[in-house]
Order: sequence, then C-alpha cells, then structure tokens
Amino acid sequence: MKILVPVKRVADPDNANKVKVSGDGTKVTSDGLEWKMNPFDEWSLEAALRLTENGSSKDRVGEVVLVSIGPKDAVQTIRQGLAMGAERGILVESDDDSLDSHVVAQVIAAIAAEEKPDVIFFGKQSADGDSNVAGTKLAEMLDWPLVNYAMAISTDDEGKSFTVKRELDVGQQTLKVQSPCVFTSSDRILQPESVKNGVTPADFAYPESEGGRYASLKGIMKAKKKPVDEKSLADLGVEAKRVNEYVKFDLPPARSGSTTFVESVEELVQKLHSDAKVL
Amino acid sequence: MSTYLFENDEHRTLRQQVRKFAQARILPNAHEWEEAEEFPLELYAQAAEAEILGIGYPEEVGGGGGDLSHVLVAADEMVLHGKSVGTCVGLGSHGIALPPIVKAGTAEQKERFAKPVLAGRMVSALGITEPGGGSDVASLRTKAVKDGDHYVVNGSKTFITSGCRADFVTCAVRTGGEGHGGISMLIIERDTPGFSVSKKLHKMGWWASDTAELSFEDCRVPVTNLIGQENQGFLIIMQNFVTERLMLAAQCVSIAELAYRETLAYVRERQAFGKKLMGFQVTRHKLADMRTRIAAARALTGECVTRFLRGEPAIGEAAMAKNTATDACMWVCDQAVQLHGGYGYMREYVVERLFRDARLYPIGGGTREIMNEIICKTSGF
Repeated sequence: MKILVPVKRVADPDNANKVKVSGDGTKVTSDGLEWKMNPFDEWSLEAALRLTENGSSKDRVGEVVLVSIGPKDAVQTIRQGLAMGAERGILVESDDDSLDSHVVAQVIAAIAAEEKPDVIFFGKQSADGDSNVAGTKLAEMLDWPLVNYAMAISTDDEGKSFTVKRELDVGQQTLKVQSPCVFTSSDRILQPESVKNGVTPADFAYPESEGGRYASLKGIMKAKKKPVDEKSLADLGVEAKRVNEYVKFDLPPARSGSTTFVESVEELVQKLHSDAKVL
Repeated sequence: MSTYLFENDEHRTLRQQVRKFAQARILPNAHEWEEAEEFPLELYAQAAEAEILGIGYPEEVGGGGGDLSHVLVAADEMVLHGKSVGTCVGLGSHGIALPPIVKAGTAEQKERFAKPVLAGRMVSALGITEPGGGSDVASLRTKAVKDGDHYVVNGSKTFITSGCRADFVTCAVRTGGEGHGGISMLIIERDTPGFSVSKKLHKMGWWASDTAELSFEDCRVPVTNLIGQENQGFLIIMQNFVTERLMLAAQCVSIAELAYRETLAYVRERQAFGKKLMGFQVTRHKLADMRTRIAAARALTGECVTRFLRGEPAIGEAAMAKNTATDACMWVCDQAVQLHGGYGYMREYVVERLFRDARLYPIGGGTREIMNEIICKTSGF
C-alpha cells in the first residue's frame, strides 16, 4: 500500500498570539516563531503510518511518501515525518505567499500522477489558514472518491478497498470506498484501535496519544539518510496562480482587560446587550 | 543563545519531540507531583514509549543511540517545558545508575538490568554516598565479603535518588583493603533479603524525586552481579562522575533558563508605580545580567561536552563547568525570586521551587569545594 501524505509547515500554533500582520495589512507575518508540522497533517501521517506497518513488530509493510510545498527550509518538516517513520519525501519549492488551496491541490494532483498512490491522506485543514479546502479540491480534480474526517479506517485487502467511519454532528457514518481515494482525518483517528490494516494483530492497541507518534532519536538519525526529491512548480507543470486574492488581514481586537462584576443575571444580560454589544 | 553551539538539525528535531512529551505528560501535573513528593511510576513506561529514556544509550542495550549532547538537549526540554525539576531528575536517575553496567557490565547484566530500565519496566539508582561521608569516596565503608558464589553486603547508603522505588541499586562497596583500590561496583536488587529502605528523606528541593537512605544487612548478592573486575570500582565511579557533572551543569543551565523565562513573562505583566516592571531600567539590567550569566554557563558547559565527546578526559573541565553553572543557576534563581517580589516567595510560583532546587547543585555530584580540589589536581597545583 502506498500513501501520499501532504505535510505543511505552520507557525507554532501554541504561540498564535505572537503572529503579526504586516504594516500594509496584506499578509500575516510569523517572524521569530518556530515552524511546526501542521497538527492536522500529523494526525493523517500517524494514520498512514499505522496503515503501512505491523503495529506490534513495527515492521513496515507499505510506503508513505511525504510532500511539502514551501521554501527550502520546509525540508525540516519532511525530515520530521521521515523521523516518525515515512519512507521518503518530495519538496516542491515555492514561496509561501504564492500558494493557496487551489495551487496546493494542483501540485498534489501532479505528484499523484507520477506516484500513483493508493491513498492521499490530507490533514483536514491547516492550523494557520484554516481553509479546509485542499483535500476536497484535490479529490475533485482527480475525480477520486473523498472521505473527510475519517475517525476509523480498516482494510483487509492491502488497501484496495477501505471501510471508513466518519464523525458527523448527527452521528457516525460508515462508508466503503475503493482506492485510489482521498482521506482527511478527525482526531479520533488517533485512538488506540482506530486503524486496522489486516497485518497488525487484531487485538493490538496503540498507546493513547494527543498527536502523531514521537520521532525517536534513532528515527531522527535515520531520517537524514532517507531520500528527499526536490522539484519546482515548473517541473510539475503547475503555475503558481492563486484563485484567491487576499484583500486585507486584521488581528482580532485587543482585549480591554477590564473586568466588571455584576450582581444578577438580569444585570449581566443587560450589560452584554448595552456595553459589550454581543446580544 | 538558548541552545548549545554543538547543536545541529538532529538536536533541533529531538528538542521538538521531547518538548511535546514534557508539555503533554509532565507540565499539567508538575506542581501536584512536586507537592506530593512523588510522580507516578507509569511515567517511566510513557517516557520509554516516547523513546526518551534510551537517549544516549547504544542500541544493543535497548537504547536509542546518540551521545551526551543528545542527552543534554533532551534533559533541557524536559526541564524547560515540564517545569518540574524533581520529576526530571527522578525519571533520569538511570543516567547515573546505568553507565557502569553499560560500559563495564557483562552481556547478562545488560540484558537483565539495562534493557528493562530503558524499556521503562524497572527503576534504577546509583548508590555511592554513605551516612558517614559523601565526597570522600575512597573511604566508603559498606562491606562486601565473598562467601562462595555470593558477596555478603553490610552497610548503608544515603541521599540515593530514586532509592525508595529502585528495583536495583548500582552500588559502590568495599571488597578489598583501605583506600580507592578496595572498591567494587555491585548490582544489589531490591528483593534481596536484608535490603531495606530505612527512610524516605525530605529535602529542600527536588521534591518530586524520591531520595532514600538504604541499609544492607547480610544481603547475599550473587558474584554475577559484580560490575567489571573486583577492586576496580573506583575507576568506574570516576569515569561516571565526568558525565554526571556535565549533566548537572546542564541542568543548572536549564533551571536558570526556566527561571529567566518565568521572570521575563512576569515582569511584562506585573504593574508597579503605574507601569509594567519591564518599564524600569533596574529590571531590564537585572534581566540582562541573568541572560549573560546563563549564556556564559551554557558556553562553558557546551565546550566541555564537545571536548569530552572528542575523547578528551575533561575531568578538570567538567568540574569548572559544574561550578560555573551552579553559581549562575543559584544567582539567576535568586534574582528571579527577587523580581517576583512577594509572589516569588509563594509555593505556587515556579521560581520559588526553582530557587530551592538550585541549592542542590553546589552539593550533589561532588561539592563545589571538591570541584575546586579536582581543578587544582588537574592543573598540577
């Protein structure tokens, strides 16, 4: 089974309060912030790794290929994924500002044509732009089936078909899907028994986790020797032409910091209406 | 300036991984575990699962590879983002208990003791200091007398980190005559009849890490638990001390850095006389001095680690690094408490605890005075 996992580097979401808007309001700057792998991509990478290994013996039984689009330095994000266990990476060099979900989907579609994966496993969104579009757009471009917000995945035919459970507001939906297909994940995919690949013993449970697996030092050292191909947008025949134009960015208004104590619910409702103007 | 000069991309990725663990598993419980003077035993298994315990150990004993530089960087993240020094040092007691076994032990000892510790299934401690004397290692009195295929051990050990919960203690015992030529290293297992924890000690700092006084009464320890050659233990202990001292120096750098960061956040929020504390020049100058001393301690510690990894003995250098870093740490933590004012004296503030933790370092792992003796000897005075 071969799975393509697009990984994006984002400014440390734990320090989002340090993000600033450039003087002219045309872009968000994250100077001085550390880059991290988009946490939603990390969930999907974890699921992809589980699908392609024997969880008990840790033997790899498939291939995970990472793709990142960004400046040269974005290779660090790929290396982190390689340290977690992925086999190889592809860095598509581009300037962050010339990307949007449309360009990203085009790039991944071009890579899919070369790599012919069984699954493309996207994060459901990125923690910076929060667009929640690229995975869906890609499935449309490729005309592949799409299952968003997968919370449990199983296959018993080495990835030719999957049974996928999705988390919805109204309950859970179970679908059968033929590969090649596109998935995105919900955090429940990290639960100890959410992924079954027919190779990992059926009673095996992964440890409880809030994110993807830890990259061990051994993994980090091995990752340095794993191959990362570098490509340009031109190599893939993609033009960096955004369909979205960013008009203006504003930071949320600063909190006033003042605290008002009220005596009753009536007074609270009245103040929320008259002072805070939120009702 | 908050990383070591020897660090590369590998260290950077390692930092991120360890940070994630410390933030998820330690930080939410830091205060509670320190107050309870204990952290849960499950943390060993969790740290092993995250492959943190094995950092710096060879793969053949179940380690994750890497060297002292990786150990230091991982420990730095644990302290900076777990914010519980006691938990970190308790969880890391194998850092002093295992090297003698890994370097000089038999294949069977590595299998029986090193592997389970690195897998988080066993707790280990190092036992050198005795109630009658600490720094004077050559005078230790715990006796091990050979009787057939066993040693009969009598004596006691004190200030033993993780001693209350250790499954075994890598212990210095006297198997020969007086002085350093009569010392051996022996693995004493907890379930050996005659082994007991005489008391759990209550300390000024490092609360979350347990510290024990141990006693041995006619403990029969199989000779197969002898590490290396009989009466050759002193050398093993001395070799172990260099890495221990560099690790302690690095802990001082981490604690000082944490105290500085906590203080920086505090003075940016705290108002006095109509402005933020940060608005006063006296505050900014104190912070500048704190940063400078931390940078100096980090630079010397990093240099000594680099020299040690190049194969230099670095005995005197490790002592210099330890003294420089302990002095910096004590001073920085003191300033941190001062800048916090009354809150700095309160238990719920991290700097109060760091101030107490810091006081250990000029004593543990060889006192400041012993370090100076070592520096004198290695300088030929």
